[in-house]
Amino acid sequence: MSEIIRSIDYTTHIPSGSHWSLRVRRGTIMRLTDTAGLGNVGMLFYNPENLLERYNAPDTLKCQHTFKLTQGNCLYSDMGRIFASIVEDSFGWHDTVMGNSHAEHIEERWGKRDYQNDRNQWMQNGYDAFLVELAKYGLNGKDIASNLNWFSQVVTDQNGGLILAQDNKAPGQTVTLRFEMDTLVLLHTCPHPLNTAEIYPRESIQIELGTAHDIQEDDYCMNFREENLRGFKNNQLYHLGLIA
Amino acid sequence: MQSSNLKISNASFRKVIDAGDYFIGVVLKGETFRILDLKGNQAADTLFFNAHNASERYSAMDTMREQANVYLTTGTKLRSNLNNVMLEITADICGRHDTLGGACSTESNTVRYDLEKRCMHSCRDSWMLAIAEHPEYGITKRDIGHNINFFMNVPVTEDGGLTFADGISGAGKYVELVAHMDTIVLISNCPQLNNPCNGFNPTPIEFIVWAE
Repeated sequence: MSEIIRSIDYTTHIPSGSHWSLRVRRGTIMRLTDTAGLGNVGMLFYNPENLLERYNAPDTLKCQHTFKLTQGNCLYSDMGRIFASIVEDSFGWHDTVMGNSHAEHIEERWGKRDYQNDRNQWMQNGYDAFLVELAKYGLNGKDIASNLNWFSQVVTDQNGGLILAQDNKAPGQTVTLRFEMDTLVLLHTCPHPLNTAEIYPRESIQIELGTAHDIQEDDYCMNFREENLRGFKNNQLYHLGLIA
Repeated sequence: MQSSNLKISNASFRKVIDAGDYFIGVVLKGETFRILDLKGNQAADTLFFNAHNASERYSAMDTMREQANVYLTTGTKLRSNLNNVMLEITADICGRHDTLGGACSTESNTVRYDLEKRCMHSCRDSWMLAIAEHPEYGITKRDIGHNINFFMNVPVTEDGGLTFADGISGAGKYVELVAHMDTIVLISNCPQLNNPCNGFNPTPIEFIVWAE
């Protein structure tokens, strides 16, 4: 299929306002597609063997001297290891600092979340969506770190003011992750907390899962920065004794 | 910039925290405390917890989102992971504080600087020692979130870069906060020796409290 993706073996669609979790193995490819160009995917990572090891946004940003996430960036745990690499990205600038919408944000913008009237069209918020998935693994709100927000670009003005940009939203944008260690992935498709759309977005996200080719010496993400070479070394140490 | 009217002579508690040391203690609702950069260009890596329930803690993302700004200064309300206001910055003669850059750690130092620098002192190690030596606060590694770096300057550029600019702090600069709830304060006075932000010379800070 490509130098990076060996195969795509599973495809699913997650409606907006939903949540899901999956333990993915090292070497897994996960491609997300914002089919309508209106979506947001909140995501958290944990090490399934030690749930205290989590995605760490500050470490990820500062070690790559970036505020935005895009192709080439690696996503680090608080233990100096790489959960996943961003191997392809047509979107260009993903947010990882604004966190989630809470019930009060959603109610203020779009009205109350109401299962009685709306059934599965209720207006779920990102924070509660994560709480539900976390509970399945014995985790709770204290385990929520800064999450990824795929397909959401948050920019700053000169004074540090934060704005959700809409310029690069378009139907069919994709971002592809390659998992560099076994990872518990929690995700939701609730609106970005800074989203001020007139109506609660309803379009679904496509998720494809497959396998990656073995990593070559000239791998783009591994060589993107010297720091990432060292991050991959830390993963190598973690996997010592395992056959690649 | 907002300076303070509080007089040191009226303080109820004073403690110098040497570089590389930690401080853990409780500030009660209504009390004001000052973190003073004694010699300049130091970073105070700080976490806050609800004194009655340590699983409620300072949250960088909730704070940035609710105030729609990445920098912290006078007027900033510091939010918890439950989106409650924990503290408010009431005075600041430094101008800007970082909450994006996180803390140095043994593990991130291997990535940022060199694999063989894992044995150098780091803020997250200081926090781990603090919570291990003080089980009475009920804080575990699960509760350790993303912190504030008082006196650090980490500007975001227009094209999405993150720069570690020269410190804007100096000897005698300070920041003051009032507690909106009984709060555990956990500070690692940063021992980072690989980063020019402190001139490769970590220095002491002082923690000063005024009773209500």
